Amino acid sequence: MDRFACDVLVVGGGGAGLRAVIAVAETHPKLRVAVISKVYPMRSHTVSAEGGAAAVIKAGDSLDAHAYDTISGGDWLSDQDAVEAFVREAPEEMLRLEHWGCPWSREPDGHIAVRPFGGMKIERTWFAADKTGFHMLHTLFQTTLKYDAIERYDEWFVTKLLVDAGRCQGVVATELATGKIQVITAKAVILCTGGCGKVFPFTTNANIKNGDGMALAYRAGAPLKDMEFVQYHPTGLPFTGILITEAARAEGGWLLNKDGYRFLQDYDLGKPEPKPVLRSMELGPRDRLSQAFVKEQEKGRTLEGPYGHYVHLDLRHLGARVIDTKLPFVRELCLKYQNIDPVKEMIPVRPVVHYMMGGVSTDIHGATPLPGLYAAGEAACVSINGANRLGSNSLTECLVFGARAGEAAAAFAAAQREPGPSVLAQADDEGRRLEEKFRRKTGGHERIATLRAEMHETMEESAGIYRTGATLEKAAEKLQSLQERFGDLALADHSYTFNTELTAALELSYMLDVAEAIVHSALRRRESRGSHQRTDFPARDDAEFLAHSLAYRGADGRPRVEYLPVTITRWPPGKRVYGR
Amino acid sequence: MQPAVTLRVTRYRPEQESEPTLATYEVPYRKDWVVLDALNYIKDTLDGSLSFRWSCRMGVCGSCGMKVNGSPKLTCASFLSDSLPGPIRVEPLDYFPVVRDLVVDMSDFMRKLKKVKPWIIRHDERPLAEGEYLQTPDQLDAYKQFSMCINCMLCYSACPIYGLEPSFIGPAAIALAQRYNMDSRDEGAPERLEILSEHDGIWQCTFVGECTKVCPKHVDPAGAIQQYKLTGAIHWLKSLLLPRGAR
Amino acid sequence: MSAEAHYTPYHPRWYRRRVSVWWWLQNRAYAGFVLRELTSVFVAFFAGVTLWQLRTLAQGPDAYARFLACLGTPLFVALHAVAFLFVLFHSITWFNLAPKAVVVRLSGKRVPDWVVVGLNYAAWLVLSGAVALIVLRGR
Repeated sequence: MDRFACDVLVVGGGGAGLRAVIAVAETHPKLRVAVISKVYPMRSHTVSAEGGAAAVIKAGDSLDAHAYDTISGGDWLSDQDAVEAFVREAPEEMLRLEHWGCPWSREPDGHIAVRPFGGMKIERTWFAADKTGFHMLHTLFQTTLKYDAIERYDEWFVTKLLVDAGRCQGVVATELATGKIQVITAKAVILCTGGCGKVFPFTTNANIKNGDGMALAYRAGAPLKDMEFVQYHPTGLPFTGILITEAARAEGGWLLNKDGYRFLQDYDLGKPEPKPVLRSMELGPRDRLSQAFVKEQEKGRTLEGPYGHYVHLDLRHLGARVIDTKLPFVRELCLKYQNIDPVKEMIPVRPVVHYMMGGVSTDIHGATPLPGLYAAGEAACVSINGANRLGSNSLTECLVFGARAGEAAAAFAAAQREPGPSVLAQADDEGRRLEEKFRRKTGGHERIATLRAEMHETMEESAGIYRTGATLEKAAEKLQSLQERFGDLALADHSYTFNTELTAALELSYMLDVAEAIVHSALRRRESRGSHQRTDFPARDDAEFLAHSLAYRGADGRPRVEYLPVTITRWPPGKRVYGR
Repeated sequence: MQPAVTLRVTRYRPEQESEPTLATYEVPYRKDWVVLDALNYIKDTLDGSLSFRWSCRMGVCGSCGMKVNGSPKLTCASFLSDSLPGPIRVEPLDYFPVVRDLVVDMSDFMRKLKKVKPWIIRHDERPLAEGEYLQTPDQLDAYKQFSMCINCMLCYSACPIYGLEPSFIGPAAIALAQRYNMDSRDEGAPERLEILSEHDGIWQCTFVGECTKVCPKHVDPAGAIQQYKLTGAIHWLKSLLLPRGAR
Repeated sequence: MSAEAHYTPYHPRWYRRRVSVWWWLQNRAYAGFVLRELTSVFVAFFAGVTLWQLRTLAQGPDAYARFLACLGTPLFVALHAVAFLFVLFHSITWFNLAPKAVVVRLSGKRVPDWVVVGLNYAAWLVLSGAVALIVLRGR
């Protein structure tokens, strides 16, 4: 075991992590700052974001308008002081990225172009064609190369946070290329590890999104906030989870059940017209569309394929010309990654998990309740997203709160002393755990893939679009039994060099912890709000639940859920109205 | 429709063997499966010790580049149906050291990328309060293509020059240098030209052109390098013919 | 790293495959590339012949007549035919690659590749025509 030391260590090299690491390098150039990531930073999932990033820049828009859209979209569970800071700092952060070279799409006169986006009442979404996240990530990554002070530990997988004397003092990681267990001590650690979509079977999320940081913080004693809020997107490809943009429906695409019937007309979403009508049928709100799918499935009117139930998105009547001019990316995705031509075939779609509103609980400076531990991006819950995130707020959130967490962590680290020797003893223990429980483990009967599939099934059934107390209770038991069975894992790979079976096993253990936090938080919240819909408690209950859930890891290993009041500044809770 | 496909996959277990070997796996055939899905099937159900990188499965993270039937490809964009009836040969990318199985070491590229200074260089930074640098859609168009690089390493694996002369900076890194040179906001072209005119830079390229053919994002690194050569040659001529002040 | 090197725990043991001398036979594109590189030999051959021609011209009419006679031998005719094919191959592949190196922008828009290629061929035709005219007129 080698020991490395730095002042601020950022875990995760996506949008939030890279913004944080630059913030440290710029505000505290004397500090030793490093980013550790299980993949090369440019592989991070920020790369997949397509739509755009919201920030007020045009005349006629206002910070209050952006704040109100965000708060009402979040069904009043957002902390309003956080939202106000967010919308205020968003334009500057976006401009900074422009100065760093991000190829934002432009108006003919050379100014930044913005476009409309679901839930935003005024056009304020900056975009870089349909590859916004990709361009933001690569711009950030290439900009970090400018700073010689920034150290990188690429393809190092963090297995544990080191906590001593009540504060976070570093991490233990395994270097994938060699399998060596390494210690990096730090005076402050920032978790920017993204969400945990892979806890669910159908998701737009990449393979690396296993809630690593959430589980690390949870195990270290920090609470996970609002974990029951899981955002679905109504039209993803069933097997790959590739997102088929709303634009496909806006251009006139139809959602059909197995009888070729436009089933949305049965769910109070308007009458079928040949031409698309705003706010009706296929252009209804995302969550209502996802909910209609579940009802349709219950009636046995969905189709069933090798990957479960689905319906059809039919674009054929639009013709090749419209599809090629208006929806070229949709056709490209279908042809290239699904082997389907939307000009000739119907596209199988279903609701897919897209985003976690919840995450490691932080204040508006990105600080968690555990001193020395910070979090930003999807891994964190500040919360600006409340019970439902608005499209194009998440990329901006990575920048604003990445920068805030970076600055706060740097200021904290500058005032701390070097970590003591006792953290090294902890690191030795962790090294032994990895050796004994995984790398040299023989025997065992359970396959990673089997446990993962059972977890998927449990989460889909219990913590999906609709939840009820009974299924959530069953799910909590099931997850507990999966945790026990995890101890009986059979591992085929005992090597040190790039052992991806070991990382898959560790990721599964992270996901199981996060899944438990989701299920227990959902079970306790006996109301329906935003993305959390309980059929046994269909109404929003502000008297009881205008509060954030906080899931702590109890002494028995099970989650313990507490509540924290929502910060309301200027916008008292109102009714959530969809559309314009 | 055929029920199964055979994959012949390169295995290399450095802890047990000194050279790669070949393993054969039978996987179910599905129309919507790509080679990567087949590899995941192997890992999940047949052999948990097979190692490879992947993440987004939609051609944008750049992790899953391998050689499929001899050509460098993103395995997430290579359907089994394109290689029927099989067997399908899956190998690690050429010209990189193999770490294990299908995983190659790309730290060499990471060093080279930093070397070409892929960031905006300016004499004077404009304060944020003064707003954005104006850039017309045409000016954006001038470098857009080169900004699409996902660093998947397919172009290096297709470049025999890189194979024969590993010090060559290589297609993707040069294309990214050109991406910043062509950006109307950037003023760092002279600095980068100095680096790229060195021995390991643009003049190593003899224009095989394969890098452009295998690029999954149509970046055209071969084009970037040739354009750069033209710039370099003109710069050299000027420095030869013109007095210092007029260059 | 040699194949005999043993594995040491926690250290990488990379496998590097040496590039084979026959790498250019792996696929048609590589073979085409090497063939194009090879054309330089024939261009050099032409240059050599031209220099020789100049020399014999300077040496007087006899030497020049011997030179011309030499050119008429089957060996030289064959060599020229092969060289011509190679130079033709070189020109065509080079013209097709031209748009990669030369990006022309007219009022901000990139001129399409086929126009650049077409202009190259046009210039080639015009020059060839001019040469032909001079040579034929000289008779």
